[in-house]
Amino acid sequence: MGKAASLTTLSAERFAANFAEAEPGLTVKSAVEEANRCLYCYDAPCIKACPTGINIPSFIKRIATGNLKGSATTIMDSNPVGASCARVCPTEELCEGACVLNDASEPIRIGLLQRYATDWAIKSGKPLFQAGTPNGKKVAVVGGGPAGLSAARELARDGFEVVVYEARELAGGLDTYGIVSFRLPQPISLWEVEQVEKLGVTIKTGVKVGADVPPSELLEQYDAVVLAAGMGYVPKLGIEGEDLEGVYDAIRFVEATKTAAPDVKLEGARVAVIGAGNTAIDAATCSVRLGAGNVKMVYRRTREEMTAYEFEYEFAKQEGVEFSWLTAPVRIIGDKSGKVTHLECVKMALSPEAGRDGRRLPVPIEDSEFLLPVDAVIVAIGQTRHTGLIEAFGLEHERGVVKIDPATRRTSHPKVYAAGDIVFGGGQGEAMVVSAAQQGKEAAHAISRHFSVTQQTIAI
Amino acid sequence: MADLGINLAGIRSPNPFWLASAPPTNTGYQVQRAFEAGWGGAVWKTLGDPIINTSSRFAAVHFGGRRVAGFNNIELITDRPLEVNLKEIYETKKRFPNHAVVASLMVEPKREKWHEIVKRVEAIGVDGLELNFGCPHGMAERGMGAASGQQPDLVEMQTYWVKEAATTPVIVKLTPNITDITVVARHAVKGGADAISLINTINSLAGVDIYSWNTIPHVAGKGAHGGYCGPAVKPIALNMVAECARHPEVGVPVSGIGGISSWQDAVEFMLMGATGVQICTAAMHHGFRIVEEMIDGLNNYLDEMGLASVAELVGRSVEKYSTWGDLDLNYKVVARINTETCINCNKCHIACEDTSHQCIERKTNAEGKEILVVREEDCVGCNLCSIVCPVDGAIDMVEIDEGLAPMSWNQRQKALAALNEAEMGVV
Repeated sequence: MGKAASLTTLSAERFAANFAEAEPGLTVKSAVEEANRCLYCYDAPCIKACPTGINIPSFIKRIATGNLKGSATTIMDSNPVGASCARVCPTEELCEGACVLNDASEPIRIGLLQRYATDWAIKSGKPLFQAGTPNGKKVAVVGGGPAGLSAARELARDGFEVVVYEARELAGGLDTYGIVSFRLPQPISLWEVEQVEKLGVTIKTGVKVGADVPPSELLEQYDAVVLAAGMGYVPKLGIEGEDLEGVYDAIRFVEATKTAAPDVKLEGARVAVIGAGNTAIDAATCSVRLGAGNVKMVYRRTREEMTAYEFEYEFAKQEGVEFSWLTAPVRIIGDKSGKVTHLECVKMALSPEAGRDGRRLPVPIEDSEFLLPVDAVIVAIGQTRHTGLIEAFGLEHERGVVKIDPATRRTSHPKVYAAGDIVFGGGQGEAMVVSAAQQGKEAAHAISRHFSVTQQTIAI
Repeated sequence: MADLGINLAGIRSPNPFWLASAPPTNTGYQVQRAFEAGWGGAVWKTLGDPIINTSSRFAAVHFGGRRVAGFNNIELITDRPLEVNLKEIYETKKRFPNHAVVASLMVEPKREKWHEIVKRVEAIGVDGLELNFGCPHGMAERGMGAASGQQPDLVEMQTYWVKEAATTPVIVKLTPNITDITVVARHAVKGGADAISLINTINSLAGVDIYSWNTIPHVAGKGAHGGYCGPAVKPIALNMVAECARHPEVGVPVSGIGGISSWQDAVEFMLMGATGVQICTAAMHHGFRIVEEMIDGLNNYLDEMGLASVAELVGRSVEKYSTWGDLDLNYKVVARINTETCINCNKCHIACEDTSHQCIERKTNAEGKEILVVREEDCVGCNLCSIVCPVDGAIDMVEIDEGLAPMSWNQRQKALAALNEAEMGVV
């Protein structure tokens, strides 16, 4: 088949069009109409459903009363990455899912209203917060993703001198690199980074703690450390053919689309995505928008067990992504030149036996192997853990999940606090951006309490 | 289908919906379009010596995202020559002989002025006259409109002068910008009014632009009070209509005006004593076609109520409208929250907790669901919770029979006085 040879990359114009934010924001009229529909509940369930506890009725009332600065401040005060969360939060499962209007009429479109208010803040360029009076203490934040930025922002507001160590070229973590641009354009995340920097926080990008800076140095030089390094790339599947040309790590694959058209020839390609989490969906929809002719998600369990959010699943279906349930990859096959040509799969069945996570275990059906002709395979089966870094800090952990005191987010090292994906795992909640932001706040507040710093949290 | 026709002091119209004297009735073109759309009558934009209007003229109060909760204007009476208006009135009446065409009039408070205009207007054929003693702005500064309407003796005198010359029914339009509207109403009746119409607009300033600090509306940076109307004034108008309707010395038919936006509003005014209604803001907001919804709604309502004629509504609630001293102090209602219908917005709780009697408790039921429960022994039956509740049927105000005989404040005072007297007698 000469198909692979004919594959091309997208033109810059088509890339820009395909990767522009998919959902339009609210118009002024629709925002005000929607804001006026909010009942302004007392002790509102949407607030309780928001991991960062944004005072949602208040920010919506401020939109309704033409106070967009106040609205954006309310959002960003509770959630330093509130503009990104407006786009990536699974709102159906959080604030909007809790809205009292769900059964009475239609829930308020809180996510879109939050985006409307934060878009105003981005466009206006007005600062919303200011740094606290210096308290003489220094904190290092390892990782400039949602958790790290959130911790840094809160610490700066409390008067700490804060340095963020970010391994990548840009801060923002998942929000900057890991979510498809047509859902979250990179400038949104970079605005949030800028807001933190404007409070006097130093962000050292391209500096990898553990490689460029030894953890011991941070422990010596700083009064406290917030470890918010997130998780790593996709682990190996452990099957034959993973190094063939055309096999991608889903996280690196999405990352490559965040700034410009990637050098990936997918026009008309047949793509298999292995996994069924949110990253797998992102990789699949990304493939579609890079011009792939057919995108199949290969998952060894069923729709019921998939971890992707319902809205992500719906979005993927709308984009034309196909799903091969109860299908597991066996090996990846390539041609003489080392390019992937087929994915060999086996059909699975769910055994009545439940695994450690309570989900039914998938088992292969004998002699059900088949070959799927493909031009690319994208692997999205989770993320590796930064076990080495954790051990370099000398922290107790369980299979790469840092152990913390949930009340203070303090690790086994008295100077080190942890937040975000680095503590996610082993059944501890969901790895959401909004949860990471909250944990970052909590770590910062615990540090303030530890040093008896009065929380200043000044809004401008 | 019920009979929607009305007869207001001898003025007949096919339905109770008239356009009030205002911008919608400025010209023959407009009034004829209105009649084609279904309006039963129209009170022509006030005739008098032509004036000069300002630009701009109107403003509105929007509330919670809804346009035109209230409407404010500083427009004056007609700015067209009398002859033009009379010609168009004649043409309109000729085309629509069964519709009510009433001429609104305003002249200086001089006997000969009134005689002159009455004769000229009646000569071309109108069904009645409405004396504009209500316009609160502009004309009032020249001693007309509300300026004369606020002086009961002047109302009486001018009505008398009109009646000296008039052969058609005379309606006196009253201003609400007065302490007790029944005083003016009684004087109009003493002067010979065949009917009264109310309310005219209420003195108002629609707003202030918080960035330019100009008034809303403004004319070259200056503002002056206007007349307020639209949905927001309905309760004020309804009370004044009811006060006139229940006053024994008024006793003439009432044409109800003030914020009527729907057939339900019209029914309320008629139940409170209006024979028919006049409407302006709703037409200005939606166009003349809005009357179709009013007629249809009224028709279906009358059928549902088993009433053969709209006239059967007139005044049916008047006897229920009384003074506070006559209200039964032993009557009791309490709020009851229907957990099944309640959506747990907690608005009733916080309203009661912060601003009423602290008797709505937040609890968790056996299934772990949050519920709201009224502590009935502390509930005063104020209605606040059911008012703020966004879901119909979630809160009922339930009558509680406490086994006490009805006792009003007036009855109580009388009984106390009798007791005191008896005691004095004993001593």
